[in-house]
Amino acid sequence: MFQVRLHGRGGQGVVTAAEMLSIAAFIEDKHAQAFPSFGSERTGAAVVSYCRIDDKEIRLREPILEPDAVIIQDPTLLHSVDVFQGLKNDGYILINTGRGLAELGIAEFAARFSKGHVRQIGASELASKHVGRPLPNAALLGAFAAITGLLHIASVERAIRTKFAGQVGDGNVAAARAAFAAAKGVEPATTGAPSC
Amino acid sequence: MLKQIEGSRAVAEAVGLCRPEVICAYPISPQTHIVEGCAELIRAGTIQHCEFINVESEFAALSVAIGASAAGARTYTATASQGLLFMAEAVYNAAGLGLPIVMTIGNRAIGAPINIWNDHSDSMALRDAGWIQLHAETNQEAADLHIQAFKLAERLSTPVMVCMDGFILTHAYERIAMPDQAQVDAFLPSYQPRQVLDPADPYSIGAMVGPEAFMEVRYLAHDKLLQALSVIPEIQQEFKEIFGRESGGLFHRYRLEDAETVVVTMGSLAGTVKDMVDERRADGVRIGVITLCSYRPFPLDALRRALQGAAKVIVLEKSLALGFGGVLATDVRMALHGVDTLVHTVIAGLGGRPITRKSLARLFGRVERGELKDPHFLDLDLDLVRREIDNQRNQITAGPIAENILRDIGPRATKVG
Repeated sequence: MFQVRLHGRGGQGVVTAAEMLSIAAFIEDKHAQAFPSFGSERTGAAVVSYCRIDDKEIRLREPILEPDAVIIQDPTLLHSVDVFQGLKNDGYILINTGRGLAELGIAEFAARFSKGHVRQIGASELASKHVGRPLPNAALLGAFAAITGLLHIASVERAIRTKFAGQVGDGNVAAARAAFAAAKGVEPATTGAPSC
Repeated sequence: MLKQIEGSRAVAEAVGLCRPEVICAYPISPQTHIVEGCAELIRAGTIQHCEFINVESEFAALSVAIGASAAGARTYTATASQGLLFMAEAVYNAAGLGLPIVMTIGNRAIGAPINIWNDHSDSMALRDAGWIQLHAETNQEAADLHIQAFKLAERLSTPVMVCMDGFILTHAYERIAMPDQAQVDAFLPSYQPRQVLDPADPYSIGAMVGPEAFMEVRYLAHDKLLQALSVIPEIQQEFKEIFGRESGGLFHRYRLEDAETVVVTMGSLAGTVKDMVDERRADGVRIGVITLCSYRPFPLDALRRALQGAAKVIVLEKSLALGFGGVLATDVRMALHGVDTLVHTVIAGLGGRPITRKSLARLFGRVERGELKDPHFLDLDLDLVRREIDNQRNQITAGPIAENILRDIGPRATKVG
């Protein structure tokens, strides 16, 4: 079983991201379970969502306490929420930012993880460019597919289109593709202004 | 057709496939997505010949449902928590009048203190109102139970609540085999009301009944629920023949063969418990699970037979009778009356407290070593509780308990689970 925890703020599509991730896994004939942190979500408040992916039926209903990957949609949460809680030693970290790890104050922590497992992507900038609004969720899923290799980008794109139709869907798919390409590259994407 | 959808959406679509004629509901978390889904399906024309009636409260929602059902319409509503309490009088009336309304409960705690998260306090508060209460273990079962519920309600002319864990199920996306319309039509005949208000053939329902007959009318309501003990498994079988799934029935059995210890639980918690049971079995511990689907009527005899041979029973429940103890545990003890079985009451998950594998492993270990005191409160922070008991004892103007506790725990709220 592969477990993903997503951290962000109300209004950033954190819950939708976990749902789209589960749909992408479903498209690949996997079992998947996505659920929110059951909070009273408000715009700007810290929000957590979860997605489990497995080859067999998922019965477990506890929150994800030992994730294989964390996706951080808002880097300002690094200082207020224990976003890395329980993260496995061989896990993945994906952060929506154009800043370096040292600037974020997590260079030492990130050095413990395997090469290619920690990645920053300016997903809000990509979304601004392709969607017209700085909503980073779909773009981050593209980057997630790139760094983990767990899902094909085509499945992620189809999942995005189940949630966003027409032009908004096209924009989010373009953002996800751009993030996928950036994350596949040797250098992390640092173009554009910092996202926070 | 397999779909990856939210539990609430699956329920809305399943209800739609049952060809309801009136849906009236007032939104309340965590039920909201279900009734939003119903409204969308009606507006889109996916559900035809159905009126969605907006109402101003839960009391009105069920009152309108009562009127619609009495006029011969297949009627559906949904609520949760405070909403269920607000309609309590109508809940009793729907059952007393024998109207086959189907209502979803997105199970949620009851305030004060206000809490939107899951436990079973709401449906438990109305457990003796005369409704059949079915609990779903998964979203697949939640969808399936709604289709069964209309058939069950109409066969017995009695209302049915389908309970599903708020957020844990209602807001979870998972794989669901959605039935198609032809299957549902083959399973569920059109509604033939046992009683119907018709201006062309006027009679009244809901007459005053005095002491000369009230006992008999009440006895018949009790008898109807007892009849459901045989109708529920019949409908489960009829469902299986068409849909090929084991949803519903009185309860589900898991790894009960040679089990010395049996966990009895209800709702979505069973999934986590099953994973733990597999782990304990791998270590040679003889343990199994019973997941109750039918809480009302309560299957006393069937449960007693299923628990034969168990030396220990752990009742794991998301409800608490204040000043008494377990609710489900009391019913299980009734089923085991006169049998020499050790029954543990374990209260867990109140107000959405996560029930983790780690906590369950610790619990099962304590049961195996004979260390558990009854009742046990899973993951209760005893130090925190004792500090506040002292605080309240020491100063008469100690202030509100809930706020004192929040101040005491402070920044722990930023933890993930």
